[in-house]
Amino acid sequence: MSDALEKLVQILVIFGAVLTSAALLTWAERRLLGLWQDRYGPNRVGPFGLLQPVADVIKLMMKEDFVPPAADKPVYVMAPMLVMGTGLIAFAVIPFAPGVGIADLSIGLLFFLAITGLTVYGIVLGGWSSNSKYSLLGGLRGAAQMISYEVFLGLSLMGVVLLAGSFDLRTIVEAQRGLWFIVPQLPGFLLFLIAGVAELHRLPFDLPEAENELVAGYHTEYSSMKFGMFFVGEYVGMILTGAMATTLFLGGWLGPVLPPLLWFVLKTAVLVVFFVLLRAALPRPRYDQLMALGWKVLLPLALLNLVVTGGFVVAGASA
Amino acid sequence: MTGVLKTLWLVLLHSAHRRDTVQYPEQKPYLPPRWRGRIVLSRDPDGEERCVACYLCAAACPVDCIALQKTEDETGRWYPEFFRINFSRCIFCGMCEEACPTYAIQLTPDFEMCEHDRRDLVYEKEDLLISGPGKYPGYSFWRVAGKAIGGKDKGEAVGEAEPVDIRRLMP
Repeated sequence: MSDALEKLVQILVIFGAVLTSAALLTWAERRLLGLWQDRYGPNRVGPFGLLQPVADVIKLMMKEDFVPPAADKPVYVMAPMLVMGTGLIAFAVIPFAPGVGIADLSIGLLFFLAITGLTVYGIVLGGWSSNSKYSLLGGLRGAAQMISYEVFLGLSLMGVVLLAGSFDLRTIVEAQRGLWFIVPQLPGFLLFLIAGVAELHRLPFDLPEAENELVAGYHTEYSSMKFGMFFVGEYVGMILTGAMATTLFLGGWLGPVLPPLLWFVLKTAVLVVFFVLLRAALPRPRYDQLMALGWKVLLPLALLNLVVTGGFVVAGASA
Repeated sequence: MTGVLKTLWLVLLHSAHRRDTVQYPEQKPYLPPRWRGRIVLSRDPDGEERCVACYLCAAACPVDCIALQKTEDETGRWYPEFFRINFSRCIFCGMCEEACPTYAIQLTPDFEMCEHDRRDLVYEKEDLLISGPGKYPGYSFWRVAGKAIGGKDKGEAVGEAEPVDIRRLMP
């Protein structure tokens, strides 16, 4: 009984922490973009503008929750929930630190891939159900983008699985005690970062959104908190991808002196800041360019990485 | 690929750059003296209204935001009975200042004139008149103008020749 209670508390705490970080991330991202564009960003509401997310949420709540008459209502309502929900569910398998984490699945990595793969359906369905040409174009690009990165996203992680010999995320972290997987799996890490950013639909791969050509892409027709949920989903996804890259390549909670949880948070934060830097620096490719890159360059690279890693593992086992 | 890395690096370097933002309410931006802001009506060095109600500003105004009515005092001096600028229409183009023959209407380096109510943006003559001569300290139109007003007859203006007696035949 107390075990279940403890688990419940842990779930609530992680849930709250993730949502709070996602909210703060909207502020942090705007401040960082400001820093890199030689301006300030939100700095008026509260100290350093820290209360900006609160003001944003109040503003979003006050807005009219509009459903276009032509929209396919049930799907239209479901799409943002799918985006935010899948992002939050995937946090169930993240091993934050020894003893901290919701579920220790033996196939945690597969669970992560499966759940994040669902996120794009929120985008495609949102784009489709809005019944607007911009939304449809956004959703279409979301689908096109999905089939170009989803394949090598999975393959780029298989090198890690081969080295650790497990799909269990805790085992994978423990296997990095001597050497973080970023060293033997550097190509895998880079491929995962590229696929991860594509998965997040953030610049440079925010083709489904593409403010400057598609109004707001798949969420053009969304308003109020439905719009907000797409954004919470995006920021939760950023933290999730950062956390996953930390777990798989940067040794998770492992690190000297500081407590394990702090190490995990620090590594994740560095990656999240890097995602923001990508947004600040890089332009968006056309979606046929992205597909060509995905299928002709990154997929072969992922396969090559897998074969070479497999060769080393076999050689190491037979030696 | 190196282009991407270089871009990332250059953007990251901007962390150390100075920010260009002017933190407005606390930190005022520099406004040059010729800034075209809030419109005022100036007075001549004697403290009288410069405006002679010639309507040139109202005619020049591309958005028709200036309204006035000419009247005369007992000495024959022209002045506006009312002078009204609707600042919710004004585009601060400065055409009125260009058109003004007496330097009466002038634009000033001030833009902080927000109101909650549109009606409060209609300025009457009392709101527009300032106590000084504005950008042209020494100038007084009536002192150099040929028109006779009380206390100054024809030919008495600064630099004005005596009026010619057209009925005389002598050169």
